[in-house]
Amino acid sequence: MNFRRFFSRAQSAPAARERLKVLLAHERAAVGDSDLVTKLRDEILRAISKHMQIDSDKVSVKMERGAQVSTLAVDIEIPFELTRKAA
Amino acid sequence: MGKVIVVTSGKGGVGKTTSSAALGAALAKGGDKVVVVDFDVGLRNLDLVMGAERRVVYDLVNVIQGEAKLTQALIRDKRVETLYLLPASQTRDKDNLTSEGVEKVIAALKSVFDWVICDSPAGIERGATLAMRHADIAIVVTNPEVSSVRDSDRIIGLLDSKTLRAENGEHMEKHLLLTRYDPVRAERGDMLKVDDVLEILSIPLLGIIPESMDVLRASNLGCPVTLADDRSAPSIAYCDAARRLKGENLPIMIPGEKRGFFGKIFGRKAA
Repeated sequence: MNFRRFFSRAQSAPAARERLKVLLAHERAAVGDSDLVTKLRDEILRAISKHMQIDSDKVSVKMERGAQVSTLAVDIEIPFELTRKAA
Repeated sequence: MGKVIVVTSGKGGVGKTTSSAALGAALAKGGDKVVVVDFDVGLRNLDLVMGAERRVVYDLVNVIQGEAKLTQALIRDKRVETLYLLPASQTRDKDNLTSEGVEKVIAALKSVFDWVICDSPAGIERGATLAMRHADIAIVVTNPEVSSVRDSDRIIGLLDSKTLRAENGEHMEKHLLLTRYDPVRAERGDMLKVDDVLEILSIPLLGIIPESMDVLRASNLGCPVTLADDRSAPSIAYCDAARRLKGENLPIMIPGEKRGFFGKIFGRKAA
Protein backbone atom coordinates (compact mmCIF):
# COMPACT_ATOMS: atom_id res chain seq x y z
CA MET A 1 0.00 0.00 0.00
CA ASN A 2 3.06 2.24 -0.14
CA PHE A 3 1.99 3.27 -3.59
CA ARG A 4 -1.28 4.74 -2.36
CA ARG A 5 0.37 6.45 0.56
CA PHE A 6 2.80 8.08 -1.77
CA PHE A 7 0.02 9.73 -3.74
CA SER A 8 -2.26 10.61 -0.85
CA ARG A 9 0.49 12.22 1.23
CA ALA A 10 0.07 15.96 1.56
CA GLN A 11 2.80 18.21 0.22
CA SER A 12 5.12 19.57 2.90
CA ALA A 13 6.75 22.47 1.04
CA PRO A 14 3.73 24.83 1.35
CA ALA A 15 3.78 24.33 5.13
CA ALA A 16 7.50 25.12 5.21
CA ARG A 17 6.87 28.26 3.21
CA GLU A 18 4.09 29.54 5.48
CA ARG A 19 5.97 28.73 8.68
CA LEU A 20 9.02 30.59 7.44
CA LYS A 21 7.01 33.62 6.39
CA VAL A 22 5.40 34.02 9.81
CA LEU A 23 8.62 33.36 11.70
CA LEU A 24 10.72 35.75 9.67
CA ALA A 25 8.12 38.49 9.82
CA HIS A 26 8.53 38.37 13.61
CA GLU A 27 12.30 37.98 13.62
CA ARG A 28 12.79 40.91 11.26
CA ALA A 29 10.61 43.14 13.42
CA ALA A 30 12.48 42.19 16.54
CA VAL A 31 16.05 43.20 17.28
CA GLY A 32 17.25 40.81 19.91
CA ASP A 33 14.47 40.27 22.38
CA SER A 34 12.87 43.64 22.13
CA ASP A 35 9.74 42.86 20.18
CA LEU A 36 6.41 43.98 21.56
CA VAL A 37 5.12 40.63 22.76
CA THR A 38 8.33 39.88 24.62
CA LYS A 39 8.34 43.36 26.15
CA LEU A 40 4.76 42.96 27.32
CA ARG A 41 5.55 39.60 28.82
CA ASP A 42 8.49 41.01 30.79
CA GLU A 43 6.65 44.11 31.96
CA ILE A 44 3.56 42.23 33.04
CA LEU A 45 5.65 39.85 35.10
CA ARG A 46 7.61 42.75 36.58
CA ALA A 47 4.39 44.54 37.56
CA ILE A 48 3.06 41.45 39.23
CA SER A 49 6.26 40.77 41.10
CA LYS A 50 5.93 44.18 42.76
CA HIS A 51 2.84 42.95 44.58
CA MET A 52 3.62 39.36 45.18
CA GLN A 53 6.44 36.89 45.09
CA ILE A 54 6.08 35.10 41.80
CA ASP A 55 6.28 31.38 42.17
CA SER A 56 7.43 30.25 38.77
CA ASP A 57 5.40 27.06 39.10
CA LYS A 58 2.26 29.11 39.50
CA VAL A 59 2.76 31.29 36.45
CA SER A 60 2.12 30.15 32.95
CA VAL A 61 3.03 32.39 30.05
CA LYS A 62 2.04 31.39 26.57
CA MET A 63 2.88 33.21 23.37
CA GLU A 64 1.49 32.43 20.00
CA ARG A 65 2.94 34.32 17.09
CA GLY A 66 0.58 34.42 14.17
CA ALA A 67 0.70 36.02 10.74
CA GLN A 68 -1.86 38.73 11.54
CA VAL A 69 -2.30 38.54 15.30
CA SER A 70 -0.09 37.39 18.14
CA THR A 71 -1.51 36.43 21.50
CA LEU A 72 0.00 36.57 24.93
CA ALA A 73 -1.68 34.65 27.71
CA VAL A 74 -0.44 35.09 31.28
CA ASP A 75 -2.03 32.83 33.82
CA ILE A 76 -1.11 33.46 37.45
CA GLU A 77 -2.32 31.84 40.61
CA ILE A 78 -2.80 34.41 43.35
CA PRO A 79 -2.94 32.92 46.86
CA PHE A 80 -6.02 33.81 48.93
CA GLU A 81 -3.98 35.52 51.72
CA LEU A 82 -2.66 38.08 49.30
CA THR A 83 -6.08 39.14 48.03
CA ARG A 84 -7.32 39.48 51.61
CA LYS A 85 -4.33 41.59 52.67
CA ALA A 86 -4.87 44.00 49.81
CA ALA A 87 -8.54 44.52 50.63
CA MET B 1 41.27 47.28 -7.77
CA GLY B 2 39.75 43.84 -7.37
CA LYS B 3 36.35 43.02 -5.99
CA VAL B 4 35.88 41.40 -2.61
CA ILE B 5 33.21 38.71 -2.38
CA VAL B 6 32.06 37.04 0.80
CA VAL B 7 30.50 33.59 0.54
CA THR B 8 28.33 33.24 3.61
CA SER B 9 25.22 31.48 4.94
CA GLY B 10 24.92 31.40 8.71
CA LYS B 11 24.14 27.70 8.69
CA GLY B 12 26.91 25.16 8.30
CA GLY B 13 27.07 22.43 5.69
CA VAL B 14 25.10 24.25 3.01
CA GLY B 15 28.02 24.49 0.57
CA LYS B 16 30.00 27.66 1.31
CA THR B 17 33.41 26.08 0.83
CA THR B 18 32.36 24.05 -2.19
CA SER B 19 30.86 27.19 -3.74
CA SER B 20 33.89 29.36 -2.91
CA ALA B 21 36.22 26.88 -4.60
CA ALA B 22 33.93 26.29 -7.57
CA LEU B 23 33.26 29.98 -8.25
CA GLY B 24 36.91 30.90 -7.70
CA ALA B 25 38.06 28.24 -10.16
CA ALA B 26 35.39 29.20 -12.69
CA LEU B 27 36.45 32.86 -12.59
CA ALA B 28 40.14 31.95 -12.80
CA LYS B 29 39.55 29.64 -15.75
CA GLY B 30 38.41 32.68 -17.68
CA GLY B 31 41.79 34.31 -17.04
CA ASP B 32 40.93 36.51 -14.06
CA LYS B 33 43.34 36.55 -11.13
CA VAL B 34 41.52 35.01 -8.20
CA VAL B 35 42.39 34.34 -4.57
CA VAL B 36 40.13 32.33 -2.30
CA VAL B 37 40.63 33.10 1.40
CA ASP B 38 39.62 30.63 4.11
CA PHE B 39 38.29 32.46 7.19
CA ASP B 40 37.38 29.33 9.10
CA VAL B 41 40.23 29.50 11.60
CA GLY B 42 40.48 26.25 13.51
CA LEU B 43 38.37 24.28 11.07
CA ARG B 44 39.94 24.98 7.72
CA ASN B 45 38.72 22.91 4.80
CA LEU B 46 39.13 24.99 1.69
CA ASP B 47 42.66 23.60 1.28
CA LEU B 48 41.20 20.08 1.22
CA VAL B 49 38.42 20.90 -1.24
CA MET B 50 40.94 22.55 -3.53
CA GLY B 51 43.43 19.72 -3.20
CA ALA B 52 46.20 21.82 -1.65
CA GLU B 53 46.15 20.37 1.86
CA ARG B 54 49.68 19.05 1.61
CA ARG B 55 51.11 22.31 0.42
CA VAL B 56 50.05 24.56 3.30
CA VAL B 57 53.08 26.19 4.89
CA TYR B 58 51.81 29.49 6.23
CA ASP B 59 48.29 30.70 6.81
CA LEU B 60 46.13 33.77 7.27
CA VAL B 61 46.94 34.06 10.98
CA ASN B 62 50.69 33.88 10.29
CA VAL B 63 50.31 36.77 7.87
CA ILE B 64 48.22 38.82 10.29
CA GLN B 65 50.68 38.23 13.12
CA GLY B 66 53.57 39.22 10.87
CA GLU B 67 55.18 35.77 10.99
CA ALA B 68 54.99 35.34 7.24
CA LYS B 69 54.70 37.52 4.18
CA LEU B 70 51.51 37.37 2.18
CA THR B 71 53.37 36.02 -0.85
CA GLN B 72 54.75 33.17 1.27
CA ALA B 73 51.31 32.13 2.46
CA LEU B 74 49.57 32.18 -0.93
CA ILE B 75 49.33 28.77 -2.60
CA ARG B 76 49.09 28.67 -6.36
CA ASP B 77 46.71 26.13 -7.86
CA LYS B 78 48.38 23.42 -9.91
CA ARG B 79 45.65 23.31 -12.55
CA VAL B 80 44.77 26.98 -13.11
CA GLU B 81 47.67 29.34 -12.84
CA THR B 82 45.65 32.44 -12.00
CA LEU B 83 43.99 30.73 -9.02
CA TYR B 84 45.42 31.12 -5.52
CA LEU B 85 44.46 29.98 -2.05
CA LEU B 86 45.10 31.65 1.29
CA PRO B 87 44.50 28.98 3.92
CA ALA B 88 43.18 29.49 7.42
CA SER B 89 45.10 28.39 10.46
CA GLN B 90 44.20 24.98 11.80
CA THR B 91 45.82 25.25 15.21
CA ARG B 92 45.37 28.86 16.27
CA ASP B 93 42.38 30.32 17.97
CA LYS B 94 40.02 32.46 15.93
CA ASP B 95 40.71 35.39 18.29
CA ASN B 96 43.97 35.78 16.39
CA LEU B 97 41.98 37.33 13.58
CA THR B 98 42.07 41.04 14.26
CA SER B 99 39.98 43.57 12.47
CA GLU B 100 43.02 45.66 11.49
CA GLY B 101 44.98 42.60 10.40
CA VAL B 102 42.18 41.38 8.16
CA GLU B 103 41.77 44.85 6.71
CA LYS B 104 45.45 45.02 5.76
CA VAL B 105 45.46 41.57 4.16
CA ILE B 106 42.29 42.27 2.16
CA ALA B 107 43.64 45.62 0.96
CA ALA B 108 46.89 43.98 -0.17
CA LEU B 109 45.04 41.18 -1.98
CA LYS B 110 42.63 43.61 -3.64
CA SER B 111 45.49 45.53 -5.22
CA VAL B 112 46.84 42.40 -6.92
CA PHE B 113 43.84 40.16 -7.65
CA ASP B 114 40.69 40.74 -9.72
CA TRP B 115 38.62 38.76 -7.24
CA VAL B 116 39.13 38.16 -3.52
CA ILE B 117 36.69 35.46 -2.42
CA CYS B 118 36.26 35.17 1.35
CA ASP B 119 34.98 31.78 2.45
CA SER B 120 33.11 32.52 5.68
CA PRO B 121 32.83 30.11 8.60
CA ALA B 122 29.34 29.10 9.71
CA GLY B 123 27.69 31.03 12.52
CA ILE B 124 27.55 34.75 13.23
CA GLU B 125 30.64 35.05 15.43
CA ARG B 126 33.90 36.87 14.86
CA GLY B 127 35.16 34.79 11.93
CA ALA B 128 31.93 35.26 10.02
CA THR B 129 31.62 38.99 10.72
CA LEU B 130 35.26 39.60 9.77
CA ALA B 131 34.86 37.62 6.55
CA MET B 132 31.94 39.83 5.49
CA ARG B 133 33.30 43.11 6.85
CA HIS B 134 35.21 44.30 3.78
CA ALA B 135 33.07 42.72 1.10
CA ASP B 136 31.77 44.57 -1.95
CA ILE B 137 29.47 41.69 -2.90
CA ALA B 138 27.89 38.98 -0.76
CA ILE B 139 26.87 35.55 -1.98
CA VAL B 140 24.36 34.01 0.39
CA VAL B 141 24.44 30.24 0.04
CA THR B 142 21.10 28.68 0.93
CA ASN B 143 19.58 25.22 0.82
CA PRO B 144 15.84 24.91 0.09
CA GLU B 145 15.17 23.94 3.69
CA VAL B 146 13.62 25.87 6.60
CA SER B 147 16.61 26.20 8.93
CA SER B 148 18.92 27.30 6.13
CA VAL B 149 16.47 29.93 4.89
CA ARG B 150 16.00 31.30 8.41
CA ASP B 151 19.76 31.57 8.97
CA SER B 152 20.22 33.22 5.57
CA ASP B 153 17.66 35.82 6.56
CA ARG B 154 19.67 36.54 9.69
CA ILE B 155 22.88 36.83 7.68
CA ILE B 156 21.23 39.22 5.23
CA GLY B 157 20.36 41.38 8.24
CA LEU B 158 24.01 41.37 9.35
CA LEU B 159 25.22 42.16 5.83
CA ASP B 160 22.96 45.20 5.87
CA SER B 161 24.22 46.42 9.25
CA LYS B 162 27.67 45.11 10.16
CA THR B 163 29.67 45.50 6.95
CA LEU B 164 31.82 48.53 6.14
CA ARG B 165 29.60 49.29 3.17
CA ALA B 166 26.49 49.26 5.31
CA GLU B 167 28.11 51.43 7.98
CA ASN B 168 29.08 53.97 5.32
CA GLY B 169 25.52 54.06 4.10
CA GLU B 170 26.40 52.36 0.83
CA HIS B 171 24.43 49.60 -0.82
CA MET B 172 25.59 46.08 -0.05
CA GLU B 173 25.18 43.95 -3.15
CA LYS B 174 23.72 40.57 -2.19
CA HIS B 175 23.06 37.49 -4.30
CA LEU B 176 21.34 34.23 -3.53
CA LEU B 177 23.02 30.98 -4.50
CA LEU B 178 20.56 28.15 -4.02
CA THR B 179 22.46 24.90 -3.54
CA ARG B 180 21.51 21.23 -3.21
CA TYR B 181 18.33 21.87 -5.16
CA ASP B 182 16.36 18.82 -6.23
CA PRO B 183 13.88 19.78 -8.98
CA VAL B 184 12.02 16.47 -8.71
CA ARG B 185 11.33 16.84 -4.99
CA ALA B 186 10.43 20.51 -5.45
CA GLU B 187 7.99 19.63 -8.22
CA ARG B 188 6.48 16.95 -6.00
CA GLY B 189 5.88 19.60 -3.33
CA ASP B 190 8.29 18.20 -0.79
CA MET B 191 10.98 20.83 -1.12
CA LEU B 192 10.77 24.61 -1.12
CA LYS B 193 10.76 25.87 -4.67
CA VAL B 194 13.11 28.48 -6.09
CA ASP B 195 10.31 31.03 -6.09
CA ASP B 196 9.42 30.30 -2.45
CA VAL B 197 12.97 31.00 -1.30
CA LEU B 198 13.26 34.10 -3.50
CA GLU B 199 9.98 35.47 -2.21
CA ILE B 200 11.02 34.98 1.41
CA LEU B 201 14.58 36.29 1.18
CA SER B 202 13.97 38.81 -1.61
CA ILE B 203 17.51 39.14 -2.90
CA PRO B 204 18.41 38.50 -6.56
CA LEU B 205 19.27 34.99 -7.67
CA LEU B 206 22.81 34.25 -8.79
CA GLY B 207 22.31 30.59 -9.59
CA ILE B 208 20.75 27.25 -8.75
CA ILE B 209 23.13 24.39 -8.04
CA PRO B 210 21.49 20.98 -8.27
CA GLU B 211 21.98 18.27 -5.68
CA SER B 212 24.50 16.05 -7.38
CA MET B 213 26.94 13.20 -6.88
CA ASP B 214 29.48 15.19 -8.87
CA VAL B 215 29.96 17.65 -5.99
CA LEU B 216 30.98 14.92 -3.54
CA ARG B 217 33.11 13.25 -6.16
CA ALA B 218 34.97 16.49 -6.84
CA SER B 219 35.65 17.10 -3.15
CA ASN B 220 36.80 13.49 -2.75
CA LEU B 221 39.37 14.24 -5.44
CA GLY B 222 40.33 17.63 -4.05
CA CYS B 223 39.24 19.39 -7.20
CA PRO B 224 36.79 22.30 -7.47
CA VAL B 225 33.71 20.92 -9.24
CA THR B 226 34.13 23.46 -12.04
CA LEU B 227 37.54 21.98 -12.86
CA ALA B 228 36.56 18.35 -12.37
CA ASP B 229 34.06 17.88 -15.18
CA ASP B 230 33.08 20.66 -17.55
CA ARG B 231 29.79 19.06 -18.48
CA SER B 232 28.38 18.03 -15.12
CA ALA B 233 25.21 19.87 -14.07
CA PRO B 234 26.73 21.55 -10.98
CA SER B 235 29.80 22.62 -12.96
CA ILE B 236 27.64 24.28 -15.63
CA ALA B 237 25.53 25.96 -12.95
CA TYR B 238 28.60 27.34 -11.12
CA CYS B 239 30.24 28.51 -14.36
CA ASP B 240 27.02 30.35 -15.30
CA ALA B 241 26.91 31.92 -11.83
CA ALA B 242 30.52 33.08 -12.27
CA ARG B 243 29.62 34.67 -15.61
CA ARG B 244 26.71 36.48 -13.96
CA LEU B 245 29.11 37.82 -11.35
CA LYS B 246 31.10 39.29 -14.21
CA GLY B 247 27.99 41.08 -15.38
CA GLU B 248 26.68 38.77 -18.08
CA ASN B 249 22.93 38.52 -18.31
CA LEU B 250 22.28 34.80 -18.66
CA PRO B 251 18.85 33.25 -18.17
CA ILE B 252 18.70 31.12 -15.03
CA MET B 253 17.97 27.45 -15.64
CA ILE B 254 16.61 24.97 -13.17
CA PRO B 255 19.24 22.33 -13.58
CA GLY B 256 18.04 18.76 -13.93
CA GLU B 257 19.27 15.52 -15.35
CA LYS B 258 17.12 15.98 -18.45
CA ARG B 259 18.61 19.26 -19.48
CA GLY B 260 17.78 20.75 -22.81
CA PHE B 261 14.68 18.65 -23.29
CA PHE B 262 12.85 19.24 -20.04
CA GLY B 263 15.14 21.95 -18.77
CA LYS B 264 13.10 24.92 -17.81
CA ILE B 265 14.12 28.42 -18.64
CA PHE B 266 13.10 31.12 -16.25
CA GLY B 267 11.53 34.30 -17.43
CA ARG B 268 13.06 36.04 -14.45
CA LYS B 269 16.04 38.28 -14.95
CA ALA B 270 19.29 37.05 -13.53
CA ALA B 271 21.04 38.78 -10.66
